[in-house]
Amino acid sequence: MISKEETKHIAGLARIGLSENEREKMSEDLSAILDWMKILQKADVLAVSPMEHITGLENSAREDQMEIFGKSEKLVKLFPENKNGFDKVKSVL
Amino acid sequence: MIKKLHKKLMEREISSVELTEKYLATIEKKDKDIFAYLTLTKDIALEQAKKVDKKIEKGEEVALLAGIPCALKDNILLEGVRVTAGSKILDNYIAPYDATIVSKLKKNDVVILGKTNLDEFAMGSSTENSGYGPTKNPYDQNRVPGGSSGGSAAAVASEEAVWAIGSDTGGSIRQPASFCGLVGLKPTYGRVSRYGLIAMASSFDQIGSLTQSVEDAGIVLSAISGKDKKDATTVDFFDKKFEENLEEKKKNLKIGIVKEYEKNLSPEMGKKMTEVAKFFEKEGVEILEIELPNVEYSLAVYYIIQPSEASSNLARFDGIKYGLRVNDEADSSFSESGIPKTLLETYLDTRRYGLGREVKRRIMLGTYTLSAGYYDAYYIQAQKVRTLIKTDFENAFEKVDAILTPTTPTPAFKFGEKSQNPLEMYLADIFTITANIVGVPAVSVPAGKIKIDNKEMPVGIQFLGKWFDEENLLKIAHIWEKNKN
Repeated sequence: MISKEETKHIAGLARIGLSENEREKMSEDLSAILDWMKILQKADVLAVSPMEHITGLENSAREDQMEIFGKSEKLVKLFPENKNGFDKVKSVL
Repeated sequence: MIKKLHKKLMEREISSVELTEKYLATIEKKDKDIFAYLTLTKDIALEQAKKVDKKIEKGEEVALLAGIPCALKDNILLEGVRVTAGSKILDNYIAPYDATIVSKLKKNDVVILGKTNLDEFAMGSSTENSGYGPTKNPYDQNRVPGGSSGGSAAAVASEEAVWAIGSDTGGSIRQPASFCGLVGLKPTYGRVSRYGLIAMASSFDQIGSLTQSVEDAGIVLSAISGKDKKDATTVDFFDKKFEENLEEKKKNLKIGIVKEYEKNLSPEMGKKMTEVAKFFEKEGVEILEIELPNVEYSLAVYYIIQPSEASSNLARFDGIKYGLRVNDEADSSFSESGIPKTLLETYLDTRRYGLGREVKRRIMLGTYTLSAGYYDAYYIQAQKVRTLIKTDFENAFEKVDAILTPTTPTPAFKFGEKSQNPLEMYLADIFTITANIVGVPAVSVPAGKIKIDNKEMPVGIQFLGKWFDEENLLKIAHIWEKNKN
């Protein structure tokens, strides 16, 4: 069972604002889903390694070469608030 | 269908502009009801069509896909065009570059008619989670088209596109293909580049097609597959023409039926499966019962790992760099040491108002399963069981060339039937998610219709193939398809 307090804590970690009502519904939903996942405890995983990459790729690297993206103006236009070509945000410190 | 249209274009029976206009007219007529498209790209489509007509006039050689109108799921970037991923948080987001597959399609002179509806960030099985409203099933508008690529499926099924691109994380191409009577192909993990696909769960996501035939699926796969340095999971393979030699039949072909799935079959689907198995036996294919002892854990494994990865991938939608930003004056009652409250509130409020219920639920779930104290019990446990399921498949593929299952437990369900209960909605994916868990290619092919509430609704059967063996997978699917016609 996920308590409302726990739900509030997770919402904070996830950076999702939730109303009191939403929090209540969310703790019910999460509890039901997590309950159902208990089935996994039945699996015999002794000496089994967790999956790392499904087709078994390792160290997929490429040469570290610079490329000109050339469309930075388009990215700047996507800022929610744009001041002199900078992304304007609330104070961070 | 694609080869037929290609021939018509080459023989000047129809021009690409005429073809494109015909599809645009159908969209105009039908899409008010169906709502397959979120954004139409009429000008881009007609411009492309003109270009192809000129090439054909000049006698230049054009690709099979050239001049043929298709649709693109709206979580894939087409430069200069809005891309929402079905979310209000990206309502005004204009794609700043092309996805790799879009560049490839452009090289093939494909005509893109528009961007199709989906469950928000591809999380869902019905399009009911779209921030813009649901798409209707063309066979019965009281029913869902499936999801998350429901817009793509409905577009092709209602002749609003010849074929469409979708993405498949747990069945999002195959389940809607089944509900709308189409062929839906999810290629092997690593076959198609995801650069420019808005990421949902990166160890499962794969791009594929919804088409009217197995041959069309092969044509599209040949065009979009290949290694891409911008997606490190893609694998180097020689270019293949997947649409060729479909008639070739491997000797001593063996198809497996999964013992553990029997209990999940409705009486109608059970009957359908028996019918399919009998057909293949008549064709001289050996049908074997195979065991996948750990397959019962699939849904739980998926619904731990997928939300975990999604919670991480969707952290970027925070109101800072792009998309919606909500600066609400109301106090959120949250505070965290080290972060100014006003900045924290921008994050909280932007995500509160910009994201839908299911997306929030999965981000919360993933945050929980990755958090200190629960990580080992949930996330690592799920990844261990994932290894077990993969071993089950490796063992099965020593005995058989492909595995046959239904695509979905039932035909398309009604709006509202499952949307209040997330667990019930998750069960709609029971047969499709294993292909994503283990990374193998899988294709859903139409298998006739089942009567439900006096309506004939299409259903699909699914074939799962060996890793990177789409070639044989499509040949096997073609054997069944031929029978149907």
